[in-house]
Amino acid sequence: MEQPINFFSGFSFNDLLFLGEAAGRTILISILSITIGTIFGCLFGWILQVSGTAGAVSVGAFLDIFRSVPLIIQLILFYNFAPMIGLSLDPFASGVIVLSIYAAALVANVARGGIEAVGRPMRRAARSLGMSYWQDMRYVVWPIGLRAVFPAWVGVALGVMKDSALVSVLGYVELLKASQILITRTQEPFIILTVAGAFYFALSYPLSRYSARLEERWSQ
Amino acid sequence: MIEIRDIHKYFGSLQVLKGIDLNVEKGEVLSVIGASGSGKSTLLYCINGLEKIQQGSIRVDDVDVHAKGTDINQLRQNLGMVFQQWNSFPHLTTIENVALSPRIVKKKSRAEARDIAAAQLKHVGLGDKLDVYPSALSGGQQQRLAIARALAMEPEYMLFDEATSALDPELVGEVLDTMRLLAEEGMTMICVTHEMGFARDVSDRVAFFHEGIMEEIGPPKQIFGDAISAHTQKFLANVR
Repeated sequence: MEQPINFFSGFSFNDLLFLGEAAGRTILISILSITIGTIFGCLFGWILQVSGTAGAVSVGAFLDIFRSVPLIIQLILFYNFAPMIGLSLDPFASGVIVLSIYAAALVANVARGGIEAVGRPMRRAARSLGMSYWQDMRYVVWPIGLRAVFPAWVGVALGVMKDSALVSVLGYVELLKASQILITRTQEPFIILTVAGAFYFALSYPLSRYSARLEERWSQ
Repeated sequence: MIEIRDIHKYFGSLQVLKGIDLNVEKGEVLSVIGASGSGKSTLLYCINGLEKIQQGSIRVDDVDVHAKGTDINQLRQNLGMVFQQWNSFPHLTTIENVALSPRIVKKKSRAEARDIAAAQLKHVGLGDKLDVYPSALSGGQQQRLAIARALAMEPEYMLFDEATSALDPELVGEVLDTMRLLAEEGMTMICVTHEMGFARDVSDRVAFFHEGIMEEIGPPKQIFGDAISAHTQKFLANVR
């Protein structure tokens, strides 16, 4: 009698490695997007702060679009329409670009809040000592503002990391996509999603612990 | 010497300074008194260029503060300013607060900036608080820290904007004593103040401001004993 063909096989050690590798891709796309998004977010936040109403209307409105349209729609639109304007990007590059803009839009408001957290009297005191505008920004506004909004920034960073799961819709094999592949094969969603969730936790937890420790140190 | 010629200052349509003329000589201590909103604090902000003026001129040692080509950051190093709110940098220790500007603005080495800072902190009586954060200091101590921070730039002029107004009454004395010390050392000072005792005892001259106009200026004896303007007499009668 012939052996029945087995389409499904159980969760194995190799699958864990597969998930680990995918977690690496989640880390990669997250770090890239958060870094790029933070740099541009600080720039946009500064523009919002210095330009007042004009900035709020132009830059603010532009950023609002990216903050309010669901990320999954942004990803699909960008990935499918980019080739029309001659950009043929793979899922990874598309994901980094969209996630970076999304992160920048979120960080912009955090950054503006940070600059505004340093009151006008403090800044005048710095300028009265002979500091230039940029010296005031670098040595007074940045360190004080950073401490004020760091928890908010960590929230954005953790959010972007979790939202990076949505890049799976473009076919990029990060943690969530890898889990889906394994579920299809093993039919064991409970184990696999638990393991994937544990990976996400393992990625987030050090960051939130580290930020809590920084906050503790700064509050002294 | 600070030479103020016919300055006019508006906030929107509100005119807060209506043609002030004033000279302050090297070594002089001038107290500026008057009701809130009389323009006396704004005058200080105009002197170091934190506020623009719409008419007139202010010259400090023959440099026009509001002229286009003036290096305002250079000029401000010579015009120390102490505010009502002390504005300590909360992320820096006391000595770092004072050493920051000498280091980044005057480009002194770290060691040199620390030496300057330590000397100035000792000067204002905070020699035992070098490595604490401002949050551990009282308001009076933080205000003295602000004075040390301004002095670390080695200014020839000091501007005090109601330096004791935000302090608890029991802490006013230590700050006034520090200001007195500077006056005795020959510092040129313009003090906007509500401390009439200080104005009377320490100043060479007292100016009374009323609704954007300098109503009266003269030696303390004259202002406090024999004021000409009815506004001055009324103000002094009320604060006593």
